[in-house]
Amino acid sequence: MSAPSAAGQPPPMVKAERVHKSFGAVEVLRGIDLEVRAGEVCCVVGPSGSGKSTFLRCVNHLEKISAGRLWVDGSLVGYRQRGDRLYEMREREVAAQRRDIGMVFQRFNLFPHMTAAENVMEAPVQVKGLGRAAARERAALLLERVGLADRMGAYPAQLSGGQQQRVAIARALAMEPKLMLFDEPTSALDPELVGEVLDVMRGLAEEGMTMLVVTHEMGFAREVGDSLVFMDDGLVVETGPPRDVLAAPRHERTRAFLSAVL
Amino acid sequence: MEAAGAGPGDGLKKGTAADRVPPEAIRAVPVRHWGRLVGALVVLALLVLLVRAFAGADTIQWDVVGEYLTHDTVVEGALRTLWITVVSMALGVVLGVLLAVMRLSDNQVLSGVAWGYIWFFRGTPVLVQLFLWYNLALIFPILDLGFYRDEMNDVMTPFLAALLGLGLNEAAYMAEIARAGVLSVDHGQTEAAHALGMSRTRTTRRIVLPQAMRVIIPPTGNEFINMLKTSSLVSVIQYEELFRAGNIISSRNLAVMEMLLVVTVWYLALTTVFSVGQYYLERYYARGSQRALPRTPWQRVRTNLGTFRTRSVVRKEETR
Ligand SMILES: Nc1ncnc2c1ncn2[C@@H]1O[C@H](COP(=O)(O)OP(=O)(O)OP(=O)(O)O)[C@@H](O)[C@H]1O
Ligand SMILES: [Mg+2]
Repeated sequence: MSAPSAAGQPPPMVKAERVHKSFGAVEVLRGIDLEVRAGEVCCVVGPSGSGKSTFLRCVNHLEKISAGRLWVDGSLVGYRQRGDRLYEMREREVAAQRRDIGMVFQRFNLFPHMTAAENVMEAPVQVKGLGRAAARERAALLLERVGLADRMGAYPAQLSGGQQQRVAIARALAMEPKLMLFDEPTSALDPELVGEVLDVMRGLAEEGMTMLVVTHEMGFAREVGDSLVFMDDGLVVETGPPRDVLAAPRHERTRAFLSAVL
Repeated sequence: MEAAGAGPGDGLKKGTAADRVPPEAIRAVPVRHWGRLVGALVVLALLVLLVRAFAGADTIQWDVVGEYLTHDTVVEGALRTLWITVVSMALGVVLGVLLAVMRLSDNQVLSGVAWGYIWFFRGTPVLVQLFLWYNLALIFPILDLGFYRDEMNDVMTPFLAALLGLGLNEAAYMAEIARAGVLSVDHGQTEAAHALGMSRTRTTRRIVLPQAMRVIIPPTGNEFINMLKTSSLVSVIQYEELFRAGNIISSRNLAVMEMLLVVTVWYLALTTVFSVGQYYLERYYARGSQRALPRTPWQRVRTNLGTFRTRSVVRKEETR
């Protein structure tokens, strides 16, 4: 079954319908409704513990949702629907789904025993079966694109935080994803390194990549974002064009949050 | 402007040619550690006394030690020690990794069985386990595996009893070592690999295990060296390894202490070779974990020679 969409239009890249997620007795997501169209940059903001990371992790099935429906590019995430029955996907199918979704983590999570180039080559070689020479060539192009052409042979421990995060972006791009998820990609960085990572992300957005970005960088959200989602306590409180939401928030909770962070 | 506003920053910005010449390199006389020197001398003196006591003891027939060092029986014994160590370790590592994976599994039965295995084999002395295997024929005189049937006494040779006794015991220790290694790898690594679309098996093989190795190798090397020595226990179940070879000869030539020294030299040689091997293996798996690889002993010697040289240079220039 594909995501409900107006006839003739392509399905949205991400569509969430009343998505719930509980850890034991704690309900972290309490009915998320959200839509990201192809080519759109959607920024998610909200106080700590509101469930932003959890939602992002649900989108590539690192977490299983407990209720609701979640589609990426028209197909259900992690499940297959036959009739009105849901079947859990096998590990292989889940992995295949994740290939089209890149993810960038707050703490980079580069593979420390591999050089920058090897980090970028790993998935294309292991998952897509690309030859090593071709993969290396592609890694060189991707690292050049994030401004690290000269650090191909460096191990993560030999790179600055900003450089590591740019390698992580290149690593995700190597699988040629149609959707990129960013979970606070600049929160672990020193202030002077934030800019270089945001520049790379801005470039990606300009090339038309669909992006779902959890961030505290309101400037980035305003300039690059096509939509802004404010989450609080497991719910989407407010959503709209970033300029409107930031300039004139309609809800009290949004107002309180924005006045605290801006 | 020049006189009034010239702060430290201005000088840097519009530096003249003279400013750009780097300052003279520091040539200082290194601190001398007299205490260390005295300590080293005392220890050296004691060492000399010890060596002289042994070398001068006319109750030791050194020529016998030298002669038997390369005696066929001794060399064969050493080779058997090496062999039983390697195969027991191999069994221990393979079974240990399997047990570690079982213990980390979500399946309660698997992790329970692994726990029970470790509980039993770690909780009883190897010596007892060796005798248990060796005397298995007392309770199962006939080995019947359905497709294979034989007298247990024929099957349970000293070698097999030694292999099972040492290897199965080792597996219990290796399981804990491997488990600690796998647990030491950050969970974010697995997530990053999964997010890239890598399967669980591939993630374990390509991402988790190589990183776990850094934690697994040092204690495994330790286990290996321990095994080299523990294998001397299998002499009690008639397996003719190094220690037993020494005993057999000394019961003939009555040179008890001499044969023990021969055996000692062999054990030391074997453990030394493996320590060196371990060092390089650790170095290999340390790649990426530090900004620079630890230097090899040879590289260290060379740099030390280097500092030695600069020291003498300083001294020479002082006297000039
Ligand atoms: N695996 C888990 N088990 C139990 N509780 C969890 C788990 N993961 C997250 N939580 C809880 O879910 C809530 C939401 O967490 P989440 O990480 O999604 O918040 P967040 O909005 O990303 O916050 P932050 O801005 O601090 O990153 C928190 O209260 C957290 O304690
Ligand atoms: Mg978070």
